[in-house]
Amino acid sequence: MLDALGILPQQLVFGLALGCVYGLIALGYTMVYGILLMINFAHGELFTIGAYVGWGVLVWLINAQLGGLHPLWVVPVLLLMAMTVSGVLGVTLERFAYRPLYTRGATRLGPLISAVGASIFLQNAIMLTQGARMKVYMTNLLFPRNWYVHIAGVRISALVMVMISVALSLMWLLNLLVQRTTLGRCMRAVAEDREVAAVMGVNVRQVISLTFLLGSALGGAAGVLVGLYYTQIDFFMGYSAGLKAFTAAVLGGIGNLRGAMLGGLVLGLIESLAVTFLNPAYRDVVAFVVLILVLVFRPTGLLGESVPQSNKV
Amino acid sequence: MPKMDRMLSLAIVLGAIALVAPLVAPNDYVVGVLARICLYATLALGLNVVVGFAGLLDIGYVAFFGIGSYLYAFLASPHFGLHLPFLLALPIVVAGTALFGVLIGAPTLRLGGDYLAIVTLGFGEITYLLLLNLDRPVNITNGPSGIIEIDPPGLLGHVVSGNTQYYYLFLTVLAAALIASRRLQHSRIGWAWQAIREDELAARVMGVNTTVAKLQAFAIGASFAGFAGALLASWQRSVFPENFLFTESINVLAMVIIGGMGSLLGVVLGAIVIVALPELFRDLAAYRLLVFGFALMVLMIFRPQGILAPSRRR
Repeated sequence: MLDALGILPQQLVFGLALGCVYGLIALGYTMVYGILLMINFAHGELFTIGAYVGWGVLVWLINAQLGGLHPLWVVPVLLLMAMTVSGVLGVTLERFAYRPLYTRGATRLGPLISAVGASIFLQNAIMLTQGARMKVYMTNLLFPRNWYVHIAGVRISALVMVMISVALSLMWLLNLLVQRTTLGRCMRAVAEDREVAAVMGVNVRQVISLTFLLGSALGGAAGVLVGLYYTQIDFFMGYSAGLKAFTAAVLGGIGNLRGAMLGGLVLGLIESLAVTFLNPAYRDVVAFVVLILVLVFRPTGLLGESVPQSNKV
Repeated sequence: MPKMDRMLSLAIVLGAIALVAPLVAPNDYVVGVLARICLYATLALGLNVVVGFAGLLDIGYVAFFGIGSYLYAFLASPHFGLHLPFLLALPIVVAGTALFGVLIGAPTLRLGGDYLAIVTLGFGEITYLLLLNLDRPVNITNGPSGIIEIDPPGLLGHVVSGNTQYYYLFLTVLAAALIASRRLQHSRIGWAWQAIREDELAARVMGVNTTVAKLQAFAIGASFAGFAGALLASWQRSVFPENFLFTESINVLAMVIIGGMGSLLGVVLGAIVIVALPELFRDLAAYRLLVFGFALMVLMIFRPQGILAPSRRR
């Protein structure tokens, strides 16, 4: 128990870093759910694809022997490429797999099953093109092991600081976009009531596409961060990350952007506590038990849900 | 011609085909696939009670399948040294699984739609993780190595062996499950479920006790899965946590949905498609899940109500 208390601060830092990433992925779920009332099951795969794109670019940069691979420019390049690919793929998915369903007003189950299909499809497409074996992120070439600071006896590596700052700045940018711009106002209008927004002149389809673009891009960025952190990626990684992130979204109150961030942080911290005080094998069990407890006692999440009332079932 | 008669003759024709199927099957492997179809169709009929009849989206259903399998393994294997006869173990397994159905169903009663889905998913994951990790500190599930040397089913002194015998056993169970489903559908409970599915508030106003009806759906759905789980354990002679992954839940859900939710023949058709299609494309084994995922998307786009959509009274 004393040992556990000793490593607790360190574990909390890891929990914070992972929590930020969960929050980043959770934003994609919550944005899509807030507008379409649909769980985009394939979001976890967009996250995986982001991780693979980042890996590919990193390998290419290393092979090109540009010398002086400084994270200050390499990490933004990886993020940008991953976000572009995942974002475009997310929009494509929405256009071809989901839009034909929700425009026709099919049952709520239709888009869900279609999303599950898309998830299985993408997962296997990744496996067939990239192989089933895991890929290794050469993180140590970017972040030498001796890059860390000690704060009150807790060791915080440069990578963890980069993860937290990237995640927080992306969330801040998204918040700015949604709260301060015309585009963001359109998004909020569509989330509030799609039909009224359309009558008021909002191009609903465009807004939905844009939502998928932003959400998927954030998922792709999270993929790069997780790849750098764990240094190993495989085609199946999106499954558990997606599940956790969805948990985070529900925990915070689905449809609620700030809730997704908070939910991610809370989940990351709870997991780090579980790892410290319980058997690490039960990390995910604790995460799901928390989810179930929250849903049973506070079904709208910590910050309250924000979904369209008009077409709520 | 009355619809009932047509359905009955169709059922008789299909039943006759099912009876002679193993006799014309080219080899034992195909008989095994047929047996698997019957087993999964029974499982899918249980999920159909929850999702198709009552409209409660359960995406962690395989948890009950796993609980049933492990309960049977506990009762009839050297793991705990218990060797209960098949016909005695079965009712215990079914009752135990139904109890789990109520336990898991109870906290979700107030939740609707996608929240229910995500909670059931959570329970499914928890069940898998517990099966995987409950070998310490006390060995209950034997962890990742699973439980082996499970007793085969013995019926009145006869020990079932060989795929053909298992096929007929599973076919009998499937027939019973179909009849039970049909009776349930047109019973008082069945109408209550369908009322909840169409409009929960209206159902409550009309005097349906939605709490009881939902718990009944969970319990009955779970007991089908428990039954199927016991059959699986006795057929495989072994159970592993990997048999009960989330992807299995999705497979079973796909069986219910692609055939047409709520339609009993549709569920059987769904089981045939989901079990047999990958076998047909075995040469392309690497691509089968790719094709499966793509097919799910295409099917939802062109036939969102399923292949055999039931007519719903509005």
